[in-house]
Amino acid sequence: MRHLLGVYIIWYRDLLRFWHDKMRLVGSVTLPLLFLFVFGSGLSGRMGALGPGVDFTKFMFPGIIGMTVLMSSFMAGVSVVWDREFGFLKEVLVSPVSRVAVSIGKTLGSATVALIQGIIILLLAPLLGISMSAGTVLALLGLMFLLAATMGSFGVLLATRIRSMEAFQAIMQMLMFPMIFLSGAFFPLQGLPAWMNVLVKINPATYGIAPLRQIMLGGGAGNPFAISLFGYTLSLWTNILILAGFGAVMVLLAMWSFSNQRN
Amino acid sequence: MSDNIIHVENLVKKYGDLAAVNDISFAVSTGEIFGFLGPNGAGKTTTINILCTLTRPTSGKAMIDGLDVVRQQSQVRQQIGLVFQDPSLDERLSGIQNMRFHALVYNVPGREREKRIEELLKMVDLWDKRNNEVRTYSGGMKRRLELARGLLHHPKVLFLDEPTLGLDPQTRNHIWEYVLDLRQREGTTIFLTTHYMDEADKADRIAIIDYGKLVAMDTPARLKEMVSKDIVSVKTENDARAAEEIRSRYQIEPRGNGNGLTFEVARGEEFLPVFLKEFGTRILSINLHRPSLEDVFLKLTGRQIRPEDVTNTFKAMVRAHGRRTRR
Repeated sequence: MRHLLGVYIIWYRDLLRFWHDKMRLVGSVTLPLLFLFVFGSGLSGRMGALGPGVDFTKFMFPGIIGMTVLMSSFMAGVSVVWDREFGFLKEVLVSPVSRVAVSIGKTLGSATVALIQGIIILLLAPLLGISMSAGTVLALLGLMFLLAATMGSFGVLLATRIRSMEAFQAIMQMLMFPMIFLSGAFFPLQGLPAWMNVLVKINPATYGIAPLRQIMLGGGAGNPFAISLFGYTLSLWTNILILAGFGAVMVLLAMWSFSNQRN
Repeated sequence: MSDNIIHVENLVKKYGDLAAVNDISFAVSTGEIFGFLGPNGAGKTTTINILCTLTRPTSGKAMIDGLDVVRQQSQVRQQIGLVFQDPSLDERLSGIQNMRFHALVYNVPGREREKRIEELLKMVDLWDKRNNEVRTYSGGMKRRLELARGLLHHPKVLFLDEPTLGLDPQTRNHIWEYVLDLRQREGTTIFLTTHYMDEADKADRIAIIDYGKLVAMDTPARLKEMVSKDIVSVKTENDARAAEEIRSRYQIEPRGNGNGLTFEVARGEEFLPVFLKEFGTRILSINLHRPSLEDVFLKLTGRQIRPEDVTNTFKAMVRAHGRRTRR
């Protein structure tokens, strides 16, 4: 009970801060929208159909949602570095709230903020002519949250080990863009060069983007959006399981790292 | 032992070769105001960080209310409150949101919460600004908010690390009234570091730390006695005759400085009435100087105590460097 309350307070504060800083929302959805409309409009004509009734813009859309969620949740770890720099982390660390509760609260805070941003992009679906049932939307939300929590805890993990804001931002960019570009968010994963295929398959984000696309744009028999690993075509649930497994490891590592950090 | 709310035994904290805290032991009893003084870089903040579970000691033992600060961290944290020397506020939240966050984290019961928050914010004169974001506050306002926050959950032990640095005298008085009242009502123990000697004088006992070691620990009065006797300065109608009379009557050798005489006595406040009554030479003026904690500090550490400034920090750095190269 005590722990739950702690998690809630830490989470609530992150949301309060987010609310105080609403302009962040505009900034965080600008880049994904730019990608969607510039690349989508520019390349759609040439790419043709990438699936039954799916042009390039539609194809990219779930990828863009994944990108928004991933970027936002991953970068949210910066708040730990920020809190340390401004001293507020000390107030938290010396309080009776356990370190485990703090790291979970932080992860959930990052994930919630990222989810809100993802939802804003998702609201554009009708504009692109994508119609979804309520069940599909719910499934998407669940998956977005899983991706956000996974990347959020990854961000928190890094933040407990990196002291300076500059270093944190540099390392985040270094990891984040390869994760996004090599996740299949922007292009189909069939017929890639071997080296790239390896990078794509070891990228955890891949297993978040693929199910988003399959749920949103439909899979069915001969699913054009499925990915294969060691010659097997992965089912929707296998993707989700791989992502969740990576997420669980990240959450545990973040908890451990948070509890054992120096001041 | 059971009366000692803080118990420290052979505590050591090393950073590489440098012993920031070098084998100190002391105990603080419940309800005591314990002054912890020392030059910058002497080990004060390191000691506080160990006591409040932020830093692990290299060796030795520290207990708060019978709880080990290394093995029972979360229980210890529930017992203590801190006002840090460095800022630790959330600048993006408002003043009252910072207070509420603290109240929730420390489990201040709902009914009490809003009442105490209002009372404390009024005390530090921030009630009107409670809804402004903290980043718009001035340095002094942030300091005051920090103090109000530290007092919010009525901890058993309150660590005040330079609590009133840079505050105006009126606010300092307000804060001290509240702290003393809190001690009266709740039996709060106060662990204080300060550069203000009038604040240190409020302590029941004072420990002085230098180069990571305790160099003295006693009541302010006894520490002062240790340094020097009280000094009486008199101006008389005839200093030569007065000097002669002091010599013969009290067996004390006065010093003349061409503008009156000075001499030392053990208990100035008891000596003066007697002296005034029985002294034969007419006195024009008289002045009693009692040693201050400032004098104690100067004598024990060879340095003056004064609020931190750039020069002091620089000196502390040089000193730390000297310590490292000496061995």
